[in-house]
Amino acid sequence: MSKKTYGQAINEALRGEMLRDPNVIIIGEDVAGGHGASGEPGGVGGVFGMTAGLYKEFGPERVLDTPISESAIIGAASGAAVTGMRPVAEIMFVDFVGVCFDQIYNQAAKFRYMFGGKAKTPMVIRTAIGAGFRGGAQHSQTLHPLFTMVPGLKVVIPSNAYDAKGLLISAIRDDDPVIFMESKVLYGQSMEVPDEAYRIPFGEANVVREGKDLTFVAFGAMVPRALAVAQTLAAEGISCEVIDPRTTSPLDEDTILESVAKTGRLVIIDESPPRCSLAADVGAMVADKGFRSLKAPIKAVTCPHTPVPFAPNLEDEYMPNPRRIEEAARAVLGYR
Amino acid sequence: MQLSRDDLKRAYRSMFTIRTFEERVDKEFALGNIPGFAHVYLGQEASGVGVCFDLTNDDYIGSTHRGHGHCIAKGCDVHGMMLEIMGKQGGLCGGKGGSMHIADMTKGMLGANAIVGGSPPIAVGAALTQKLKKTGRVAVAFSGDGASNQGTTFEALNMAVVLGVPAIFAFENNGYGEHTASSYAVGAPSIAERARSFGMPAEVVDGSDFFAVHQAMGRALERGRAGEGPYALEIVCSRFLGHFIGDPQAYRLPEELAQARGNDPIPRFRKGVTEAALLDDADLDAIESEVLAEVEDAVAKAMAAPRPDISTLETDVYVRY
Ligand SMILES: Cc1ncc(C[n+]2csc(CCOP(=O)(O)OP(=O)(O)O)c2C)c(N)n1
Ligand SMILES: [Mg+2]
Repeated sequence: MSKKTYGQAINEALRGEMLRDPNVIIIGEDVAGGHGASGEPGGVGGVFGMTAGLYKEFGPERVLDTPISESAIIGAASGAAVTGMRPVAEIMFVDFVGVCFDQIYNQAAKFRYMFGGKAKTPMVIRTAIGAGFRGGAQHSQTLHPLFTMVPGLKVVIPSNAYDAKGLLISAIRDDDPVIFMESKVLYGQSMEVPDEAYRIPFGEANVVREGKDLTFVAFGAMVPRALAVAQTLAAEGISCEVIDPRTTSPLDEDTILESVAKTGRLVIIDESPPRCSLAADVGAMVADKGFRSLKAPIKAVTCPHTPVPFAPNLEDEYMPNPRRIEEAARAVLGYR
Repeated sequence: MQLSRDDLKRAYRSMFTIRTFEERVDKEFALGNIPGFAHVYLGQEASGVGVCFDLTNDDYIGSTHRGHGHCIAKGCDVHGMMLEIMGKQGGLCGGKGGSMHIADMTKGMLGANAIVGGSPPIAVGAALTQKLKKTGRVAVAFSGDGASNQGTTFEALNMAVVLGVPAIFAFENNGYGEHTASSYAVGAPSIAERARSFGMPAEVVDGSDFFAVHQAMGRALERGRAGEGPYALEIVCSRFLGHFIGDPQAYRLPEELAQARGNDPIPRFRKGVTEAALLDDADLDAIESEVLAEVEDAVAKAMAAPRPDISTLETDVYVRY
C-alpha cells in the first residue's frame, strides 16, 4: 500500500497485467514513447504518460506505436482479440472515437452475439474524457452515453485511483470489449492504493458516502464534486448519500434503488448534455422501479445542450459545478 | 510568376507576422495568459504563406490544430485571433473556439481543426461547391505528415480524383506527428508518392523556401482553376519547437534539435531578396517594426478584454433544454 495518483494506478495495472499474461499488448499513438527520427522511442508513454516505461520493459512487440489511424488501431485490436491476444488500445481523447466508431460499435461490440456466442473479444479501449482543462470542443467531451447504449460494450468510469487500478485489471481480464474512460482532471489525484493486483467487479456501485435525506448518483469526475456538496450540506444537518456506479454498463440498479428507498430523493450529476444522458437513463429507471420511494421529483444536473466552449468562464458554467449541484439538491429537499 | 516589390513585401509581412505572433503566443502561454494548450507554427511560415499567397477570400482553406499560421496567411485579423486564443469577448469565434478552432468564413478560412484528418474531406466538399458553381475557385486542405496516415485523408484523396474537384492537399511534413517521426509512421517512401498513386499530380517542395512553395502552389492553382482536378504538395519543413508548448521533446536527439532552426525560412527570404536587390534592408526593417507594434497592440487589447458574456454559453444552438 502506498499513495499513488490515478495515473500511476493505471500504469501499475497495465504493467502488472503485462507481467502476468504475455497476451496483453498495448497499441496506440505515442504509447511506446514516440518513435523519434533516430528510430528509438523517447519515453513519453502516451501524451498523458499512462504507458510510460512499458516499452522499455516489454519491448516493441508488446508496446506498439501506431500511425495516426484510429480505425486501424481499434480494428487491429479487435482482430487480435478474437484471435487470441488481449490488446489494450489507447484512443488518446475520447473525442477521437468519431473516426473509428464503426470498428467499435459495429465490429468489436457485436462479434460475440452476432456470431452466435462463438467469438470472444477480450480488448480494452482506454481513453481520456472530460471538460475542465480548456481543451475546446473537440478535446473535452465525455461521450459515455454513446457507448453505454451499445449492446456488447462494457463501460467503466473510475472516479479515484483505487477504483482505477481494480477496474482496469478487471477490464483486461474480461472477455468482452471494455471502454475504460479516464477523467483527465483526475489523473493527478492521489490516495492509498495497494501494490498487489486486485479486481473490482463490474456492475457493483460504490456507496462513497452514506446518508439518509438525499441520494446523489454521480459518474467519474463528478463524484468528488458530489462529495464536496454533500460536505457543505452536512454542515446544515442535511445528510446526503453519494453513489458512484463505477460502470455505466453493466449498471448496478439495485444499489441506486436501495438508496432511493431510504432517502426518497434523487439528484443525478452527469457531465454530459442532458438528452439521452446517464442522468436521463438512471432517472427513468428510478421513476419506473422506484416510483413508490420517491418523495420529490428526480433532478438532473448536466451540461447544457451545446458543444464544450473554450473560454474558461463559459466552460466552468458548462460543467455541473457545485453551485448548480447545490441548487438542485435544495430544490429536491424543499419540494412539498 | 514574377513577383512585384509589393508582392515581396506582402509575403515578408505575412511570414514575419506569423513569426512574431507565434513567438508571442509561446511567451504568453508560459506566463499563463493562454488557457488550455496551443501548437505553434514556428518554422513553417513559408509553407502557409506560399500556399495562401495567391488565394482570394473566395478560395477556401481547411486547417489543422497548428492553425495560427494558416489563419494569418489567409488574412485573418490578428487582433481577433489573439482575443480568441485567450478566450476573450470579441475573439473571431466569440471565445467559444480557442486556438484549435479559429475560423473566419469571410476570409475563406474554414477553421483550424483539432481532429487530425478532419480537414481533407471538408476541403473536398468546399471544392465540390466551386466545381458545381463554376467559380474557378479552389479549396486547400492543410494536413501534417501525421494526418497523411488518417483514413479520412485517404478517402478524401481518392474522392477528389473521382469527383474531379479543385482540391489542393497541402501536406506539411515537419518530420513529426506529436512525438512520432514521420520516417517511422509514414509507410510509403513519400507522402507525395502516395498522393500520386491516388491519381493526382504531386510534388515534394522545400518548405523553408517561400519561392519554391509559391511556385509549386502556382502549378496546383493553375490546374484547379482550370477545372482539371486535384493536386498534392508535400511541403518539407521543420518544427522549431515541440508538438505543443511545453513539450520537452525527449524523443529528438540533441543534434537534431540543434539543427531544427538551421534552415529558417525568414532569414532565407531576407537574404534572397536583398542579395538580388529586389528589396533593401530598410524596407524589411520597416515591415518588422510595424508588425511588432501590431502584435504588441493585439496582445495588450486581448489582455484587457473581458471574458465572453456568460449568456453566450447557450447561444448559437437551435434548441435549449
Ligand atoms: C483523430 C485524432 N487523433 C489524434 C489526435 C491527437 N493529435 C493531435 S496533433 C497530432 C499529431 C499530428 O501530426 P501532424 O499531422 O504531423 O501535424 P503537426 O502536429 O506536425 O503539425 C495528434 C496525434 C487528434 N487530435 N485527432
Ligand atoms: Mg507533423
